[in-house]
Amino acid sequence: MTDLFSKFDPLIEQRRALLAGGVEDPFNLVMERVISPTVAVCNGRETILLGTYNYMGMTFDPDVIAAGKEALDDYGSGTTGSRVLNGTYAGHKACEQALKDFYGMDHAMVFSTGYQANLGIISTMAGKGDYIVLDIDSHASIWDGCKLGDAEVVPFKHNDIVAMEKRLKRIPEGAGKLVILEGVYSMLGDIAPLKEMIRIAKENGAMVLVDEAHSMGFIGPNGRGVAEDQGCLDDVDFVIGTFSKSVGTVGGFCVSNHPKFEILRLVCRPYVFTASLPPSVMHTATTSIRKLMHGANKRAHLWENSKTLHQGLRDKGFTLGTPEAQSAIIAVIMPDLERGAAMWEALLHEGLYVNLARPPATPAGMTLLRCSLCAEHSAEQVQTIIGMFERAGKAVGII
Amino acid sequence: MDRAATAEKIAELIGPFNKKGIEVTEATTFAGDLEWDSLTVMDFVAAIEDDFDIIISMNQQAEIENYGQLIDAVTKLQG
Repeated sequence: MTDLFSKFDPLIEQRRALLAGGVEDPFNLVMERVISPTVAVCNGRETILLGTYNYMGMTFDPDVIAAGKEALDDYGSGTTGSRVLNGTYAGHKACEQALKDFYGMDHAMVFSTGYQANLGIISTMAGKGDYIVLDIDSHASIWDGCKLGDAEVVPFKHNDIVAMEKRLKRIPEGAGKLVILEGVYSMLGDIAPLKEMIRIAKENGAMVLVDEAHSMGFIGPNGRGVAEDQGCLDDVDFVIGTFSKSVGTVGGFCVSNHPKFEILRLVCRPYVFTASLPPSVMHTATTSIRKLMHGANKRAHLWENSKTLHQGLRDKGFTLGTPEAQSAIIAVIMPDLERGAAMWEALLHEGLYVNLARPPATPAGMTLLRCSLCAEHSAEQVQTIIGMFERAGKAVGII
Repeated sequence: MDRAATAEKIAELIGPFNKKGIEVTEATTFAGDLEWDSLTVMDFVAAIEDDFDIIISMNQQAEIENYGQLIDAVTKLQG
């Protein structure tokens, strides 16, 4: 018998070697107690959280929590059914209305996770014979959506406008075309030149889908994302987003002005063949989305935090993923996985949690310590964080 | 362009990517023999696409494991 697990042997060996060095397992951390959006007790230690996607700090918002508790009492713990059968409650419709209002768009469809939103929308829209042109650094959920749909998949070099245009122009006459872009690329925290890319996509007869998972609530005058910030949201056919970042709960969505959009509810398998989100999640999401519309002050403070941390880490001599702060993600580039894991552990001992990211999630085989800031981080916490990085960086020999 | 001319052109293009100077035959595999990572594959595919003005989609790339198969595919894609 061939052991189907033998293909994982190299990874098992890599993990064994890493942990044999005595380092704490970076992929097995337990949050024992969560004190606030920015502080938790991890592995018995009070820790500043700098590796969550809680950008706007909504997880402990009193209105959000109250809405969830009320929905639990009124509607129970779960729907036990699909959105197209018994799983659409008033809360699901209210949440879709909140999304339509938030983005100023005609249609909104809520999925059970952000992963499923990309999986469902992409695979349903772009099928056999259609062409998907996408950035090579796209999120796993986008790649999986491409694979599920059987379209011809044509990647181009990250953020390379010319490479994208060349590929669009080579697509056979008459074929359906979908260009997939992200507002913020989550590994390095860099943004896309959406305005130019979307103009070229449209000139070449493509529909455009933009994943704004890491920008919702924060980037753009109304927090609608990078496309809003660059003044090209009206040209985006489909915006994909998530509730598991700025919104502070779980779920995914697609908003669109396409006149035939609603038919997707009947043909999109990752929407149909799964249970809908619990009512409590819908009510927390709705409350959070509506509050995010008025989050201008929080957005300004989060930008301040991001810029301060970027400047601070650069001044200490760290190599960062972007020349300036472009989002709420600051990626610190590590020389290799071993020193990355050692630095991650040194920071944890200082009382700071960041994300350790490594291939295949990262581009170009990089090991990254990914910091994501929160609007609830105080200016003092950001200074404390810079000090922790400096001590850990010196201890590990990275700076 | 016939298969021989296509092969000649691809032999020129592969040069800068074959950093270890491995002898390339029709049976040479990209992942195994040349030990290319996904990033190198992408850059090499882009160089071929641009030179021949064709698209080699990911779906087609999945079918191409060795150098001979690449020459066949590019010959065919030129129509």
